[in-house]
Amino acid sequence: MIVLLLILQVLLVVALAPLVTGVVRKTKARLMRRRGPSLIQPYRDLARLLRKEPVVAHNASILFTAAPTFIFAATWTAAALVPTFFLNTELGVAADFITVVGILAAARFALALAGLDVGTAFGGLGASREMMIASVAEPAMLMLIFSLALVGGTTRLPDLALFVQSPTLGLHISLMLAFLGLAMIAVAENGRIPVDNAATHLELTMVHEAMVLEYSGRHLALIELAQSTKLLLYISLIAAVFVPWGSAPAGSDGLHYLFGFAFYLAKLAVGAVALGVFEVTIAKLRVFRVPQFIGVALMLGLLAALLRLVSQGL
Amino acid sequence: MSFAPDVSHFLSGMILLLSFAMLYQDRLPPLLNIFIAQSLVLALSITWQAYNQNEPQLLITAAIEFGVKAVLIPFVLYTLIRRLKIHRTVETVVGIGPSMIAGMALVGLSMALILREHAAIGGTAREDLAFALSVLLLGLLMMVTRRNAVSQVIGFMAIENSLVLAATGAKGMPFVVETCVAFSALVALIVIGVFLFRIRERFDSVDVSILDHFRGEQP
Repeated sequence: MIVLLLILQVLLVVALAPLVTGVVRKTKARLMRRRGPSLIQPYRDLARLLRKEPVVAHNASILFTAAPTFIFAATWTAAALVPTFFLNTELGVAADFITVVGILAAARFALALAGLDVGTAFGGLGASREMMIASVAEPAMLMLIFSLALVGGTTRLPDLALFVQSPTLGLHISLMLAFLGLAMIAVAENGRIPVDNAATHLELTMVHEAMVLEYSGRHLALIELAQSTKLLLYISLIAAVFVPWGSAPAGSDGLHYLFGFAFYLAKLAVGAVALGVFEVTIAKLRVFRVPQFIGVALMLGLLAALLRLVSQGL
Repeated sequence: MSFAPDVSHFLSGMILLLSFAMLYQDRLPPLLNIFIAQSLVLALSITWQAYNQNEPQLLITAAIEFGVKAVLIPFVLYTLIRRLKIHRTVETVVGIGPSMIAGMALVGLSMALILREHAAIGGTAREDLAFALSVLLLGLLMMVTRRNAVSQVIGFMAIENSLVLAATGAKGMPFVVETCVAFSALVALIVIGVFLFRIRERFDSVDVSILDHFRGEQP
């Protein structure tokens, strides 16, 4: 039973990911009074890209063609570790916050290398910017994880969810600060608007799109799918840690799982719409102000840890 | 674990967070909006304390706090900004990164100080004092790092907010003290308003670094 559920979750994260991207795009389009593409357009894009022949530069090494597969595999693995509609306590130590961050860092490393591989100007620029953002975002993420670990006493995601679910927990300022920080990191890591614009290939300040500019065909399809999966991962991660209500606990019956599934879909929808609204209401930052933006997330993590020390008496 | 200390802790934490948001913001109208938000949260926090400590006169303090700090002072400052035509200027401050780090250090300092020295005080008073001291130091930091006189005024008002937070957190603070703090803020606003226009008349700017030259501190 539990093995079936785990397999279902692994398939689910990848099947739902393009839909989440579609919802974000639709929300943005509607807020700009455009009709926007249909919700399943990302699926059609992927199908189309998979049918097309990939064009690879003459001087591309094996790294260039292998990177999309690796990036997709790593992102998929990370997404499968995050609790979705039920608490995957059976995964044991694997479903750990730090593991997820580490796997994502490996995917990012591969992407930056692939960007540098062909030797075009845009790829190198994108890779260097990605690394600049990563060098601030990863410490900030770890700081947030540490403050969460201080509050919850664990870095394992299902246990954190159980801790937040427990009825004895009141309003907790450290958790709120960690939530804000994690939301900022999620925006930065997914290349969303104040940091990067996912909807354009025509900007001199683009980061992610600059790195993948050389990709086409099935390689591009894998990278796009990995990007969508990463967005779903972050929404699931925030939902799993801060709003775990509704997720089915381990060893419950079928009805619970159905409820958990409905709740999970609702959380994804809320997250995607909120991201769309946020992106429309804010202007893009200059690239060199991005470290300041992420620095605030780092500061929120520090503050959460400090305030945790204050409330120890409570 | 009871619910009551959690709520007051949460609200005080929000006030501290908004202080950091003020340090981060370098344009005047959003800065003013954050100040309004801080005053609103403070009014909420006082209301909660009134309910929690069962002292209805704190409700009057909350009303004064709301009327003066969240409506009157921001309104006056906003008209001031409009009339001085500085509502679009971006301030060149010391640097957001360094001032944030300094802010963190100050918060750490005040936590360490209050939590060690007053371990004997129980309840929420101790934490409220720690928060109030942090907000006060952050307000001071803002007054030190900003060059625009209007943002210095907002820093000063944030310090007033911290005093009210400290006063309401502690049990049995006389009501007179709280009203005095509120009215001193008002008087300060009037004095500062006149002062701002005088600086403006004389130097065509509200950048206080020009005053250094006038006093002969710089060659």
